[in-house]
Amino acid sequence: MTDKLADWTRGAEAIVYQSCGACGAVQYFHRRFCATCGAPDPMEKRASGTATVYATSLVCRAATPETRAHVPYNIVLVDAAEGFRMMAHGDSDLAIGDKVTVSYRPFAGRLVPYFEKT
Amino acid sequence: MSFITGVGLTSYGKHEGSSSLDLMSKAAELAIADAGLKRSEIDGILCGYSTVSPHIMLATVFAEHFGIQPSYAHAVQVGGATGLAMTMLAHHLVDAGVAKHVLVVGGENRLTGQSRDASIQALAQVGHPDYEVTLGPTIPAYYGLVASRYMHEYGVTQEDLAEFAVLMRAHALTHPGAQFHEPITVADVMASKPVAMPLKLLDCCPVSDGGAAFVISRERTGATGIRVRGCAQAHTHQHVTAAPALSELGAEIAIARAKAASGVAISDVRCAAVYDSFTITLAMLLEDLGLAGRGEAAARVRAGHFGREGAMPLNTHGGLLSYGHCGVGGAMAHLVETHLQMTERAGPRQVRDASVALLHGDGGVLSSHVSMFLERVR
Repeated sequence: MTDKLADWTRGAEAIVYQSCGACGAVQYFHRRFCATCGAPDPMEKRASGTATVYATSLVCRAATPETRAHVPYNIVLVDAAEGFRMMAHGDSDLAIGDKVTVSYRPFAGRLVPYFEKT
Repeated sequence: MSFITGVGLTSYGKHEGSSSLDLMSKAAELAIADAGLKRSEIDGILCGYSTVSPHIMLATVFAEHFGIQPSYAHAVQVGGATGLAMTMLAHHLVDAGVAKHVLVVGGENRLTGQSRDASIQALAQVGHPDYEVTLGPTIPAYYGLVASRYMHEYGVTQEDLAEFAVLMRAHALTHPGAQFHEPITVADVMASKPVAMPLKLLDCCPVSDGGAAFVISRERTGATGIRVRGCAQAHTHQHVTAAPALSELGAEIAIARAKAASGVAISDVRCAAVYDSFTITLAMLLEDLGLAGRGEAAARVRAGHFGREGAMPLNTHGGLLSYGHCGVGGAMAHLVETHLQMTERAGPRQVRDASVALLHGDGGVLSSHVSMFLERVR
């Protein structure tokens, strides 16, 4: 089993994904196996942080005091260059199809991936 | 074979002082009476969940509270698809001879039992705890993402989406039990407060108190039988991050399986009841189900196609968008309304022909789907 690399969900400035040595599938949600073929111990890899915008939604009504302080914030789904999709934050004027690059910004007491046009 | 022999529905909106069990009991009582049965004749119970009063054994909590000792009981959790999923299970249970009369019940004091923030926060937890919820999305944001992509791929506009809110409100005006009774226009929807763009307040269903119930039986109990002709499910993902392409979503898979299970074609359908948590949900599902061409559902709304007098009356009670949404009971109101239409008891809302109906439910973020065909047998 490859050690889990630290990523933004654990406070590090990194996006980590997994790549299956058996079938070649990539996955973003960490598991101890490949969800495509079931093979154990997919490889942990750091992503380049470049991606294409797939969808956006500007949140104007938040439900907790911590998130309300950031309103409005743009939730985006991006397709990473490595072939997986992920949710993140991004500039409010991002459009579907924009090429974007990641940085990291504080949000509600943690660090989150934030995409801006490349 | 199975029949929906009775239905019960409370008004939706505020039921100050009523618990989830109170609302479930009220709806259950109505449904059992509607079926012409006694409580003691109910030998199966399926119930949903309550976010206000979570319990690991809600079905038996309800059974004890209601005063029945069924031979089959448990809760079911498939988000917004729970009501139809329970109906599908009840159909198979009575068909297999496990039970004779299954009570399907859902109800929740979601509006007055907790704050709106608490409701929004509870529902956002359908997201991935590490990779999504930490980013502060809400349910409207999950659907807002889907909406942005759908609009991009199929040229749908915000004004198009607004048409669905206006239609559901127009239908709610004719139902005394609906949460909203003020007419709205496309301009009102467009001017309503932004929630999670492109979705604005009037693109979103409200939070409601309410309860709904049905009895599913092996034999009909009245002169008119409302038979479950066939049903099917599809579950493609849980989280929006892991959703397949728009052209591969579960609604298309579920409806194809339901058609195969029932032998019913869309051209046989006379009225429809389709999940409408947001305007985008309804627009997409109508097109996925084949009730409108891709990108054409809004034009059909404008042409009156889905109105009470139209060729395909849709959600004639006002749907989740305007009758209200109390959780599991929310989309069960669609089936109650369909039953009233099919048994010609819908009063001023009655449509011309409700002999064959299509129902569709969606749970999660277009994650779980149930399609069902009902037919009237005399």
